[in-house]
Amino acid sequence: MGRFFVQRLGVALLVAITVSIIGFALLRVSGDLAADLAGEDATPREVAEIAALYGLDKPLHEQYLDWAANALGGDLGQSLFTNEPVMDLILERVGVTILLSLYSLVLALAIAIPLGVLAAIRANTAVDRAALGVAVFGQAIPNFWFGLILIYLFGVVLRWLPISGSTSFAHFVLPTVALGTAVMPALMRLTRTGMLEVLEADFVRTARAKGLSPGAVFFKHALRNAILPVVSLAAVSLGFLLGGSVIVETVFALNGIGLLAYESILRSDFPVVQSILVFVSLAYIVLTLASDLINARLDPRIRLG
Amino acid sequence: MIADSVLRVRDLSVEIALPSGTLHAVSNVDLEAMRGETLAIVGESGCGKTMTALAAMRLLPRRARLAAREISLSGTDLRALSDKAFSAIRGNRMSMIFQDPMTSLNPVYPIGDQLEEIHMRHRRAGRRRARERAEYLLDRVGIVNPRARLGQFPHQLSGGLRQRVMIAMALMCDPALIVADEPTTALDVTVQAQVLRLLKDLQAEFNMALILISHDLGVVARIADRIAVMYAGRVVETGSSGQIFGAPTHPYTRGLIDCIPYPGKTARRTRLGSIPGIVPSMIGDSRGCMFRNRCGWAEDRCRTDGNAERRIEEGHSYRCIHPVGHLQGAAS
Repeated sequence: MGRFFVQRLGVALLVAITVSIIGFALLRVSGDLAADLAGEDATPREVAEIAALYGLDKPLHEQYLDWAANALGGDLGQSLFTNEPVMDLILERVGVTILLSLYSLVLALAIAIPLGVLAAIRANTAVDRAALGVAVFGQAIPNFWFGLILIYLFGVVLRWLPISGSTSFAHFVLPTVALGTAVMPALMRLTRTGMLEVLEADFVRTARAKGLSPGAVFFKHALRNAILPVVSLAAVSLGFLLGGSVIVETVFALNGIGLLAYESILRSDFPVVQSILVFVSLAYIVLTLASDLINARLDPRIRLG
Repeated sequence: MIADSVLRVRDLSVEIALPSGTLHAVSNVDLEAMRGETLAIVGESGCGKTMTALAAMRLLPRRARLAAREISLSGTDLRALSDKAFSAIRGNRMSMIFQDPMTSLNPVYPIGDQLEEIHMRHRRAGRRRARERAEYLLDRVGIVNPRARLGQFPHQLSGGLRQRVMIAMALMCDPALIVADEPTTALDVTVQAQVLRLLKDLQAEFNMALILISHDLGVVARIADRIAVMYAGRVVETGSSGQIFGAPTHPYTRGLIDCIPYPGKTARRTRLGSIPGIVPSMIGDSRGCMFRNRCGWAEDRCRTDGNAERRIEEGHSYRCIHPVGHLQGAAS
């Protein structure tokens, strides 16, 4: 287990470094930052001055090393737009995004796993088709539109829930439903596919031959074998939620990372965009590592090789 | 001693509806397994042996349809039981050992857990008692250091050990009947004999009925008390081990026996017998003797009425209009 962990950790670190280099390079070549900052009417001299001020005239690799050295020291630079430290900007908002993402994932899994198991057990019946219908609905409906419908129905017509802000748990209910609905279908289908395959396995027949209850056969013996890919997808989904909930954050006026990224890209606020990019990719890396560890926990063949 | 009937199956048929027609997997099979006896079901792959066993255990695939006049275990009519009531019997009073020990154990749980859960389900005597029973049985099936093995996972055990674990599993609740479906087929030849011996010993010790399913009449010869030879879904001949080997009557039984080499008896360089052809499709019409296309004695009548059961003596019967061997002196 120890060696397994060290190996995965090493790979994760290499990925993190690679992502930060590629992200940095892509952002720098995506436009002339100094010209953007100087404004449309600036003279070439003013542009050159701005470039020198922000270190944009140095070779790319030096710029990266400067940034990386500062970042490791906890200094992510300052927003070019508000002059606030980027670290503060991110820390201010990251809590909202993490909460929303976790709630959404928990909701999605709470629906996807039982529904996927049920659909597999009752494969090709009305139950299965109904579950498929739910999945298609979740996958097909644009989540900003679904969000708006939720706001109208539960916020405006029924007045059960607040429609914007992030001050209480109630504020998170509607955006959680909107986002959870978006990530649930893939998880549910993967659960169903995995279960269908495992239900044919010899050891499931053994479990039945032992006279175990259907619950023990399906949930103890079958599900634990079918769940490994679902764990991996759940980790990726959580990464997606952490980095990609811009639209839903906008609809519900949740002041999270997604909204910050969106605004910063529009303003060419390079240090903020770069930091969010690294934050999101680190989140993916940590989550992938976590899913590897969970899977190793679930399947002894992974951890004992 | 009056023989004590454990499993009795009468007129069992299993059909599977396929797009290309109805597959008659098992047709009108009668079987009886006695306490303290080993009943072997022998036949080629696909002849319905496993389906017969799964039908008795109510483990048939969902598509399969079952009909029977009787399936009873020690007098209990199994057909009348709800699925829930049946599952209280399975693994408890009747248990099954499967062919492939590599895939029949759940890879993600330690074997101790997989043994104990049976005892905990049926005996409800707690984990500690279950653990003691599991440890005792692992030792009994010849696994050294059973306590350490309980914590191991299936992939850490060899095929032979896994099959021993499967046997211990079948014994957890001291069943009246064990059905062993090709228990040695997936094992190394050297391990096969040990596992068979073990099954036979345990059967005697626990005074159970054992149904041994095998494609290998040679394997069966060593431990079976009675033999049912199946072909294309039907029991074509049944009798005691002595009757089957001493006076094989159905041409198919005869053919199977000719396929067995006898070390020290079969002369060097003689060709072992083989049965030409393959098992016919069991889809569609299943009237008449299904062996007729491969049989040297076949004639027109076999097409229609080859299936009537004829009896030679007490306990020995066959389904053929052209019995071979001692009855006609037509051996060879």
